[in-house]
Amino acid sequence: MAEIRLEDVAHSYDGGRTWALRPMTWTWRTGRAYALLGPSGCGKTTLLNIVSGLLTPTRGRVWFDDREVTGVPPAGRNIAQVFQFPVLYEQMSVYDNLAFPLRNRGCPRQEVDRRVRRVAGLLGLEEHLRRRSRRLDPGRQQIVALGRGLVRPEVAAVLLDEPLTVVDPAMKWTLRSKLKEIHRDTGHTLIYVTHDQTEALTFADEVVVLNEGEIVQAGEPGELFLSPAHEFVGHFIGSPGMNVLDGAVVDGLVWVGESAVGRASGALPAGPVRIGVRPEFVRITGEEAPSGLSARVTEIDRMGAYDLVHARVNGHPLVTRTEAASAHEPGATAFLRFAEGRAFLFRDAVRCGVVEPLTGGAP
Amino acid sequence: MTAALPSRTEQRREQRTERRTRRTRRTAPSAEDRAPGKRRANRAWLLVLPVVVSVAFTAVIPLMTVVNYSVQDIFSPNDRIFVGLEWFRSVARDPEVRAAFVRTLLFSAQVLLLEIPLGVAVAVVMPRRGLGAPAALVLVALPLLIPWNVVGTIWQIFARPDIGLGGWTVNNVLGLDYNYTLDAGDAWITVLVMDVWHWTPLVALLAYAGLRSIPGPYFQAAQIDGASAWATFRHIQLPRLRGVLTIAILLRFMDSFMIYTEPFVVTGGGPGNATSFLSILLSKIAVGQFDLGPAGAFSLLYFLAVQIVCYVFFTVLTRTGR
Repeated sequence: MAEIRLEDVAHSYDGGRTWALRPMTWTWRTGRAYALLGPSGCGKTTLLNIVSGLLTPTRGRVWFDDREVTGVPPAGRNIAQVFQFPVLYEQMSVYDNLAFPLRNRGCPRQEVDRRVRRVAGLLGLEEHLRRRSRRLDPGRQQIVALGRGLVRPEVAAVLLDEPLTVVDPAMKWTLRSKLKEIHRDTGHTLIYVTHDQTEALTFADEVVVLNEGEIVQAGEPGELFLSPAHEFVGHFIGSPGMNVLDGAVVDGLVWVGESAVGRASGALPAGPVRIGVRPEFVRITGEEAPSGLSARVTEIDRMGAYDLVHARVNGHPLVTRTEAASAHEPGATAFLRFAEGRAFLFRDAVRCGVVEPLTGGAP
Repeated sequence: MTAALPSRTEQRREQRTERRTRRTRRTAPSAEDRAPGKRRANRAWLLVLPVVVSVAFTAVIPLMTVVNYSVQDIFSPNDRIFVGLEWFRSVARDPEVRAAFVRTLLFSAQVLLLEIPLGVAVAVVMPRRGLGAPAALVLVALPLLIPWNVVGTIWQIFARPDIGLGGWTVNNVLGLDYNYTLDAGDAWITVLVMDVWHWTPLVALLAYAGLRSIPGPYFQAAQIDGASAWATFRHIQLPRLRGVLTIAILLRFMDSFMIYTEPFVVTGGGPGNATSFLSILLSKIAVGQFDLGPAGAFSLLYFLAVQIVCYVFFTVLTRTGR
């Protein structure tokens, strides 16, 4: 086990013309479960491969505790990595699959046997040890692939690259809880790559959101939801994602079109700004209120447990989440208010402030 | 029992009417729908007819003429007698045919033992990406693009001890006494090396395609597991080459077992009978001596031998390790 430190690490696949991973300094702390969340092609796998040593970063250094491993090949790092689809030595039995990494290191026979049995016990594979690995179902195959990583002594971290892609939905829950259980029992650092926010939010102690080769925010699941630090996080996490309206800051007030919706926090300089607010934090009413935004209801999705009311505000589409069977009708005029402290201001996609309530009368 | 009977006929009647309504509905039939109304599916046989006709003309009818020859003694177009299995018996007992059979089998075995490992080895070291990949492909594929009799001619000249670059080098640089026109062993080696040169590329290309289809994570996992290059080959590459190698082995066996053109051009089957393979002997009987009866019987036995060996190979290759 080790703390994994990335020091100014960056990677380019084409000699520096484009960066798959932009320079980043980041520490994976020992024993935590991380989810690395981001859309396809954002550099998740690149980052993972740099940690496991399959890739040597174009720039920067990788440290496992006090040992620099930037140039150390994967075999020397004691990393367990599970790929999108089960990678097995298919003609071997489950036992031989688990024993393979140990035998490659010249581990004595009794030691191999002891470790294989321990891992099989941990993963619930005891009664499958003699079976050919390719005869198992995909979920178990992934477990075997994981076991091949866990069987080695001193595992530094367990990396999982979208490991549940090939597993059918019913099995996903079982496997995810199995992973959590293993994490709890072994205390290994876990890095779980996914583009599925539910998977990430339910699994991890800490979610790291990656976009276009950059870590845009890292934090606990609730934190990412309640206070996104970047427009991308707002869009990507939550279903539907955060609403974004174009507005402006003039004399400390936040304007959307002709209406002032609140006061900008801090001493935000005047100028255009984008206002981000999650559908859950937009209150919609039929009556006009101070600091309310008038909107035209365009469509209502009845989701069963709740309704999604689509509206247009000053030419922008906006979604609000209301309780089920709400009385709104398409074409009606409605008024919107943002929950206090839940509407944020963004400039260049980065959060720069919060919309605070207007005190006293609006000008 | 008696109570069950009427209800069963009733059921059947219901089924029938249901079937009728289904038919009139004309929806795409599911497997369930099709099962009772089997007659409808028979029309699909018509679609197979073109294939049946073309296979008849390309394979069955020519084969039948051979069968026809094989059971008759033909003196002239109007003078022939039925001899039954006589020709089969005499061909199977002919020591010359038996010697050629053993010779051909030995040749095929040597071809497989040399070309399969060599082809796989070439495929493993061929570059995967960059400019080297297409260059290597073209280079490796070159021998395959040369017509067979030209290959024979090339080697016929190349291996000559007096004017051939290869033959001259072996004699004068390596200092070995080599002459494929006089020495049976030299002739055998020449034909064998020529076949390896000509056909290893096919095995290499098939194996290369097989290797290219292995997803990257397999190699990455092997790296993480600390597998040596040999272990990676043994446990990842080789198992995944099973399919293409089965094809390669079958193709190379059939081809080498029926080899004709190249040895015919280079050695003409000689010196003596050293390189008289089955096909060369067969064409001598059929075309040289015009013994159509024995040639027909010979052909059918030859065909049978190829089929049997291919079947054995295929069964063994697809079953082992399952």
